[in-house]
Amino acid sequence: MTSGLLAVSYIGASILFILSLGGLSHQETARRGNIYGIIGMAVAIFATALTGNVTNYAVLIPAVAVGGIVGVTIAIRVQMTQMPQLVAILNSLVGLAAVLVAIASHLNPTLGLTRAELIILDVEIYLSVLIGIVTFTGSVVAFAKLQALISGRPLLLPGRNWLNLLVAITLLWLGYEFLLAGNGGLLGPSLLGPISQNPALLLLGSFGLL
Amino acid sequence: MLIGVPKEVHRGEHRVAATPDTAARLQKLGYSVAMEAGAGAVAQFTDEAYREAGAEIVEETRDLWRNADIILKVRGPEPHPALGLHEAEMLKHGGHLISFVWPAQNEDLMDRLRARNGTVLAMDAIPRISRAQKCDALSSMANIAGYRAVVEATNRFGRFFGGQTTAAGNVPPAKIMVIGAGVAGLSAIGAGTRMGAIVRAFDTRLEVRQQVESLGAEFLELSFEEDGSGKGGYAKVMSEEFIKAEMDLFAHQAMEVDVIITTALIPGKPAPRLITAGMVESMQDGSVIVDLAAEQGGNCELTIPGEVAVRHGVSIIGFTDLPSRMATQSSQLYSNNVWHLLDDLTPENDGQVVVNMDDDLIRGATIIQGGDVTWPPPIPTAVPISPPPPATEEPGEEPTEKGLHDGIKSVITMLIGGSILYGIGLYAPTSFMVHFTIFVLSCFVGWQVIWNVTPALHTPLMSVTNAISGIVIVGPLLMVSNSSAVITVLATAAIIIATINIAGGFVVTQRMLQMFRKS
Repeated sequence: MTSGLLAVSYIGASILFILSLGGLSHQETARRGNIYGIIGMAVAIFATALTGNVTNYAVLIPAVAVGGIVGVTIAIRVQMTQMPQLVAILNSLVGLAAVLVAIASHLNPTLGLTRAELIILDVEIYLSVLIGIVTFTGSVVAFAKLQALISGRPLLLPGRNWLNLLVAITLLWLGYEFLLAGNGGLLGPSLLGPISQNPALLLLGSFGLL
Repeated sequence: MLIGVPKEVHRGEHRVAATPDTAARLQKLGYSVAMEAGAGAVAQFTDEAYREAGAEIVEETRDLWRNADIILKVRGPEPHPALGLHEAEMLKHGGHLISFVWPAQNEDLMDRLRARNGTVLAMDAIPRISRAQKCDALSSMANIAGYRAVVEATNRFGRFFGGQTTAAGNVPPAKIMVIGAGVAGLSAIGAGTRMGAIVRAFDTRLEVRQQVESLGAEFLELSFEEDGSGKGGYAKVMSEEFIKAEMDLFAHQAMEVDVIITTALIPGKPAPRLITAGMVESMQDGSVIVDLAAEQGGNCELTIPGEVAVRHGVSIIGFTDLPSRMATQSSQLYSNNVWHLLDDLTPENDGQVVVNMDDDLIRGATIIQGGDVTWPPPIPTAVPISPPPPATEEPGEEPTEKGLHDGIKSVITMLIGGSILYGIGLYAPTSFMVHFTIFVLSCFVGWQVIWNVTPALHTPLMSVTNAISGIVIVGPLLMVSNSSAVITVLATAAIIIATINIAGGFVVTQRMLQMFRKS
């Protein structure tokens, strides 16, 4: 697949995603919206998998197959009342995937980039590890609350505002160090990310006022 | 603490405040449960079943009340016909009572309850906030009433509800008009369409239109613009012109439809008169009217509360005990509501009630605490489903000053945003600018697209958004062919978990949307 074709595939996928989200805003179009989302995702995955520098299909295809089968099985088996938990735990997986991708791209040797591009790449890596790990731990906590594995009451640490400020400053400093050093700094966000969250209440839908 | 569940004494009341199922679950919260003998008999729950669930059966009513720390009831306390004394007087000093109370209408009862120095939580005072839906007994009873209204109507109606084509001739489907699309109205609409009738519904609150249509009914419209959404998801009183237009619509519909189900209520006011004697007369013989507002005076002029009246060949059903007529179902739902309330009242699961007045739900429900009346509660902070009040209703705001303040704010925001953009434009390379443009535009597209979502669709939308966020899979897909083993392993793991999210997310959304499917 040429880079031109890849680009138009991504544009197509983006349009389908926008239609999907828009469709989900109203009952009449919701089901169509979901179908658009599925098609968009399929287009994006196929287009990416067919690009020239992707060759390792022996790993790629089984990985997609395993993930797909596990995902579909869980989604079909889960009870209606456990849907919010399922969405929470699925969301945590995205966070984890983002962290893995960021670490992998950090390990990937970068060639031919200007200094500014390198800095931007490092900022992106740092941010996606940070946001990914916050998503991951946040969703796992939300899952545990919804599943009643832990108490649903917010855990309010004493002096939490100062604590959050401290965490934020530390994260900024670690980010700076990471940019200077170019390696080794990733441990920082992965450890501090979870701490920085206020246990937020997940308001999941208002089922059943009908 | 010991929970006592007496037999209901109100005439014709068949419900019971605990089923064997909730009796067992209450014990898991750390309570012991005592049932009055025969308490669940008419709702088809035998003493034997309660015993098996671990509850104690008490023969003597007075013993039950004397020993119980918490009394669970459906109806509020009233004079006990057999014992000749008021139930409230049997409540233990400093004990707890959970039941319907209707404090506004029952001042005498409130006085009696206050004298017991106890704590009373009224199921009718549960605030209408999302978190309290699990305890919302009014909604669960209204749901049953709506369903039962259709059942009562079919019972009186001489024809099929659904149309049929038979060898003996064609049968047209019955036409039902439902007035008021609240919980009861929607339940009636659902039951009616499921039986095959043509259902039309009217409500002054325009926001319910989608809910009505999603149940397969037609939303009747006036050529008149006025939204009747009041506080707390209820309706408000409409203007005179509106009411006239509305009455014309009903008069017109009355000549056409076979069944009218009315559920129109305005909180704290007598039920609005919507169906006049003339409209009843204009209906065909054999038609049926079910008046769910009978207890508040009725939406139909000819309704006799508690009875079936036949006027001008039309049966007008004014039963006020529809939930009790489905006692097994309503006991199940009511006892679940009560259980959820007790679950919230028992934070430690140790069988000790903690009335936490900082909790919106418990604060709202508590109408008497330690002998002091704590009703009505301060205005709740959140209201479900109803839209924000229009700006014209906000009193006392200084518009010019507020506008000026907002103006300064937005100028500052723009300045900050502008200088950040300027900085990025100065130093960032061109390749980055393309990504940056896409990123910023995506933020706005996402915001615009999602802004108008229907409340009922929040969860599916979240779910599909989450599935789409699985697009991070593109990253590992591109990296999996890397020569470094570590990167390949990381990428493979990322592909697997991202695919789980994508496949699971879309399938689960599809399943959720099945629930919205028109029948």
